Amino acid sequence: MLIYACKRLGVAVLVAVAVSLLTFSLIYLSGDPAMALAGEAATQQDIEYIRKFYGYDRPLAVQYADWLTKALTGNFGYSHYLRQDVAEIIFSRLPVTMILGACALVFALTLSIPLGVVAAMRPNTMIDRFALTLAVVGQALPSFWFALILIFWFGIVWRLLPISGTETWLNFIMPSVALGYYVTPAVMRLTRAGMLEVLASDYIRTARAKGLRPPVVLFKHALRNAVIPVVSLAAVQFGFMLGGSIVIETIFAINGLGYLAWESIQRGDLPVMQAIVLILACFYIVLTYLADMLNAFLDPRIRVT
Amino acid sequence: MKPRFILSLPAFALATAIGGGDAMAGKANDTLVWTTDRDQAVADPFYNNTRELVIIGNTVWDGLLYRDPVTGQYKPLLAKSFKWLNTTSIEFELRDDVVFHNGSKFGADDVVYTINYVSNKDNGVLTWQNVKWMKNAAKIGVNKVRIDLHEPFPAALAYFAQAIFMMPKGHYDKAPCMIKADPAKKDAEMEKKVAELAKQGKCVDNKRDIGAVHPVGTGPYKIDKIIAGDRIIMSKNAKYFAGAKEKPKIGNLVFRTIKEKNTQIAELLTGGVDWIWDVPKDQAEKLEGKVQVVNANTFRVSYIQFDVNGGSGQTFFKDKRVREAVAHAINRDSIAKNLVGAPSKVIHSACHPEQFGCTQDVPKWAYDPAKAKKLLAEAGHPNGFSVDLYAYRERHYTEAVIGDLAKVGIKANLKFMQFRALRDLVWKNQTPVNQMTWGSNSIPDVSAITSHFFSGGRDDFAKDPDVIKWLRTADTSVDAKVREENYKKALARISGELYWLPMFTYAKYYAWAKDLDFKVTSDEIPQFNTAKWK
Repeated sequence: MLIYACKRLGVAVLVAVAVSLLTFSLIYLSGDPAMALAGEAATQQDIEYIRKFYGYDRPLAVQYADWLTKALTGNFGYSHYLRQDVAEIIFSRLPVTMILGACALVFALTLSIPLGVVAAMRPNTMIDRFALTLAVVGQALPSFWFALILIFWFGIVWRLLPISGTETWLNFIMPSVALGYYVTPAVMRLTRAGMLEVLASDYIRTARAKGLRPPVVLFKHALRNAVIPVVSLAAVQFGFMLGGSIVIETIFAINGLGYLAWESIQRGDLPVMQAIVLILACFYIVLTYLADMLNAFLDPRIRVT
Repeated sequence: MKPRFILSLPAFALATAIGGGDAMAGKANDTLVWTTDRDQAVADPFYNNTRELVIIGNTVWDGLLYRDPVTGQYKPLLAKSFKWLNTTSIEFELRDDVVFHNGSKFGADDVVYTINYVSNKDNGVLTWQNVKWMKNAAKIGVNKVRIDLHEPFPAALAYFAQAIFMMPKGHYDKAPCMIKADPAKKDAEMEKKVAELAKQGKCVDNKRDIGAVHPVGTGPYKIDKIIAGDRIIMSKNAKYFAGAKEKPKIGNLVFRTIKEKNTQIAELLTGGVDWIWDVPKDQAEKLEGKVQVVNANTFRVSYIQFDVNGGSGQTFFKDKRVREAVAHAINRDSIAKNLVGAPSKVIHSACHPEQFGCTQDVPKWAYDPAKAKKLLAEAGHPNGFSVDLYAYRERHYTEAVIGDLAKVGIKANLKFMQFRALRDLVWKNQTPVNQMTWGSNSIPDVSAITSHFFSGGRDDFAKDPDVIKWLRTADTSVDAKVREENYKKALARISGELYWLPMFTYAKYYAWAKDLDFKVTSDEIPQFNTAKWK
């Protein structure tokens, strides 16, 4: 188990370094950061002046090495656009994104696990078909479109919920539903498949033969076992939701990390972009690593392969 | 204890992450909320080069002069009067009844400090193009200053009115240094350098955290709070002086960032915000009746730039007949009328018609596809050709151009990208033809556009020595007649040779709440101080 854990950790670190390198290169390929800082009306001389003043005239390798060395100590540099410390900016925006991700995950699990259980209990019935339809729609529906539909009905027509911002907890309802719905199909189908497998197993038959009440068989014996892979999937999906909240945060004007990422890309704010991508990648890598470890703990065959 | 602490974390996070719901929009709360799609973390017009800060700059600060958006005349604002001492020196006599938002009195020292600070290259002002023509300022009397320029710059008045705002003396010196000595690193040399500079009130490499200083101006509204990336909360400056700029009427003004246009519209319809702009034409038409909608001209123009020197490797446009064919192939009237909207007009010279020196008395190219085909055949392309066409905004305008070109046999492959990426390619002379736009920073002078592009720099593919000479003469003369004559010669050559095909002026849809009385100005700088509730 220890060897497996170390190997996975090594891969995770390599992925993090590769992501940082790739991000750095892609951001430079998308255009000149000095030009973005100087603005549209700047002349070539103005841009050269900004480039020199803010250190973008140094060789790329030097800039990357400088940034990476500092990032390892938690110093992500300074945003020349926001004129603030990047770490400060990111940690001021992170809580909103975490709350949104957590709310969306709670919504997704609350909807998908009961649906998956019910669908497994009554396979190939109307309720199973309904759950399947819900899953297919969730997978197929672009989140931005679903978000706009929610705004239209709940914000404009019925005026039940606030449309944008983060002033009250009500502001988080529509974004959480829009973000969480996309994750629902995967969790629901995994729950359904797990439950179908568990319900057909010998120990469930034995439990039923012992005369245990159906709810006890279902929740105490079947669901506890079927839901284990769902936990590791949920962890990975949480990472996905943190990174994937860009669209939802943009639509609902939620001042979180995703929104910051979008803004930073637009204005070529290099230090902020690099830090966000690295932090989100690290979240994803850590959550995937934890999921791998959990799976390896539950299923020893994984450690061997 | 531990589980309870863990359980309390989400509640704490929620409480800290969710704002206090600062100000509600609308007449009932006397709060005008306006929104655009760009966030503004630093509310300083010298360290933020977005259009929003041009607007906030004119709302929170004042310049020495004021440009009347209706008549286009320059009037004294913080100055009582001004006069040119010679071609490179202006004298301003200042008002003595103006106070800053922090209560300090405005005077000559503030002007001298502001001008000398922003025109010092070492201070890293981001709007460098707006200030670089000033050399320095000196106090020559109790309320008199003289500002010297590097060379004659006739457009100076426009910049004094719209881009150079007065800060209180010592304002930027309060900003903490960006580069600090890190005790953990035990870098003795750096610690010594930081300490020495601190004694002189300076920072390493002159780098300061400007965003950390609370903005202070003299303008009709004062900034109360900045929630970085989300909103800027302003309130009426009750002590605003009676000058050329109107006193504010509405009690509170809030700038909010909402990136998504549909969300902006939804908020406007439900009273969450009171004022938006840049509404797409189709959506603006649907909003008519529900809110107030106005389509108004702006200072932005669209143009097509040709690679006339063939540096991109695709050499079609070296031949003037091909450029003429393109000019005759594009139905500019139809694009302006049907896609941009009614106030948009076709332009014939490389500038905005409302700018000083922008004559339309230049060679014109009418829509004539048959002539375009004939010209292409004469140039050796009877079956047309295929070329890459670059663009960066309003994709549908460029698609209309592509459609028109296809009708005469030119297959234009659209390369759509972000402005900074495209500009990089343009400067490397790698684009055979591109559709671009230019807003001139709302400066009503030809020097802000034609001279910017045709003075021999990297944007100038033609590098026509005559054009460069004429523009130089016009840019450095303070004689209006000389300027007009020389600009006319340059503009006529540019249009005649088709270095650019000027396309049309941009129009912009504004939408605001029914109970708001607001007047649109053509300089694209909304005057919120003149707005009032009905």
